[in-house]
Amino acid sequence: MTITADPPKVTLPAVPSPKEITQPALEGRTENMVLNMGPHHPSTHGVLRLVVEMNGETVVRVAPDIGFLHTGIEKTMESKTYQKALVMTDRMDYLAPLSNNLSYVLAVEKLLDCEVPPRAMTARVLLTELTRISSHLVWLGTHALDLAAMSVFLYGFREREQILDIFELVSGARMMTSYFRVGGLAYDLPEEFPATVQALVDVMPSRIDEYESLLTGNPIWLERTVGVGAINTADAISLGLTGPGLRATGCPWDLRKDMPYCGYETYDFNVPVAKNGDIYDRYLVRIAEMRESVKIVKQALQRLKDIGPGPVTTLDRKISPPPKAEITESMESLIHHFKLWTEGFKPPIGDALAAVESPRGELATYIVSDGSPKPYRVHFRAPSFINLQSLDVMARGRLMADLIALIASMDPVLGEVDR
Amino acid sequence: MDNATVIERLRAELPDAVLATSEFRGQLSIVVAREAIVEVARFLRDDPELSYNFLENLCGVDYLGRDPRFEVVYHLISHSNRHRVCLKVGLPESDPSVPTLTTLWSTANWQEREAYDMFGIIFTGHPSLERILMPEEWEGFPQRKDVPLGGEEVAFTFNADRVYARKIFAGK
Repeated sequence: MTITADPPKVTLPAVPSPKEITQPALEGRTENMVLNMGPHHPSTHGVLRLVVEMNGETVVRVAPDIGFLHTGIEKTMESKTYQKALVMTDRMDYLAPLSNNLSYVLAVEKLLDCEVPPRAMTARVLLTELTRISSHLVWLGTHALDLAAMSVFLYGFREREQILDIFELVSGARMMTSYFRVGGLAYDLPEEFPATVQALVDVMPSRIDEYESLLTGNPIWLERTVGVGAINTADAISLGLTGPGLRATGCPWDLRKDMPYCGYETYDFNVPVAKNGDIYDRYLVRIAEMRESVKIVKQALQRLKDIGPGPVTTLDRKISPPPKAEITESMESLIHHFKLWTEGFKPPIGDALAAVESPRGELATYIVSDGSPKPYRVHFRAPSFINLQSLDVMARGRLMADLIALIASMDPVLGEVDR
Repeated sequence: MDNATVIERLRAELPDAVLATSEFRGQLSIVVAREAIVEVARFLRDDPELSYNFLENLCGVDYLGRDPRFEVVYHLISHSNRHRVCLKVGLPESDPSVPTLTTLWSTANWQEREAYDMFGIIFTGHPSLERILMPEEWEGFPQRKDVPLGGEEVAFTFNADRVYARKIFAGK
């Protein structure tokens, strides 16, 4: 083995830690001002603290200080059975709980090598696309609010409310849904479901036009976003940037197209890309993504009609409990039910990683199984956490006000950053 | 790109680096010698045919009672081949250190800090290996298997010494 040559140098500067900025200032070794922003600042979108080194009005370096919401989700999951650990995933990215559910159940299903019935698969696609729209609506509203455009927020939350009503209809909860279970869904979709979704997809395209009419050509919006925080594809990949942030640089990488799951390869949709990688392009990509999601929801709704009623969980009784009605009639069903809720199922020894395209980027779940009913190790590749690293590179040399716009355009959810 | 080609190319280029390979549910895992990890990752990234250009995931695992006790898991993706490969490096309890990958991908920076914070794995050559999620003054590494899940006694300034004296996992 010959290990002689130096590895190629990463051209990007390393993200500083908060101490690296505060220490020289405390010792009086720098002329620059250190500004503390957060953790309770309305524009940091949660408990994010930024230590900003400034030269006049210009940002020199930014060190995000995170961990205020660290609740040890990964560790806690190690002490729960696979099915019961699922509820923890809702609490990470609380704006897109169903995407988290999906990533986790896909990883466990990969460990188990289990088949999911088509009705459940289609419902999963439909609901995660609704999640994408509702998450993007929160991003749009808060982003505009940070740049002092109040009304978009109110319009956006009007449609989000409609989507949360759909989640409530199917799962009983507006946000912490836990609706996807290992093997399928928690229970079947209610009767009113198709009509309620249809009502949303009927109005959604015109509502997106409405948001666009407020922002897309708005001179103040353009002034604040065009050319701000631009990043190129090579740097974005080196920084691990995924989702709309990466696609805004012109790289059409989308897991739904490139490494499809849940049968996404059979749906007809486009992957929107832009080219400059600035805030405005990220805005355009997310708006276009909402339109594409509406397209997918329409197709999925039609498919649900075509499939008709049927099982929504796997028929493997070792994974999914038998229907309640069977328990009173069959001894085996009673035993299966009892075993599943007291002990849980045991995946074979091994490790699996399943990644989905969440609204924020690539959300991957890595699970190690030691053959027991509880996961030995769960790790989440949280897109908010990894995307936040690029804040420093994008903000360098920009104004303080641009930093506010940048945080909003990266759309971090601090529950997911800290886990 | 298929798994067999990756193993073949890697064995031909760096014969001593590959310790073992395995496949589970179609996912290829390669156990790599600790001192060769940077070399292997760079070959996988820079080879025009393989081109694993994206470091998707990096995390630690604690296999308490096994030797080597710790493992660092890397998942690389090739955007052009749409293929994922998993690299694993085993680290003994007495010296849980591994060369950093921040020289190849900037994204390794925070992911390595998290692995250090949670498992105490030392990434040699890392630009600022500090705690990232846990408070700076917290002692111990919370995701290690010998750290209990509940019963965390909260340490304040006035009783920190007494509280930490009772924690068997604390102390560096």
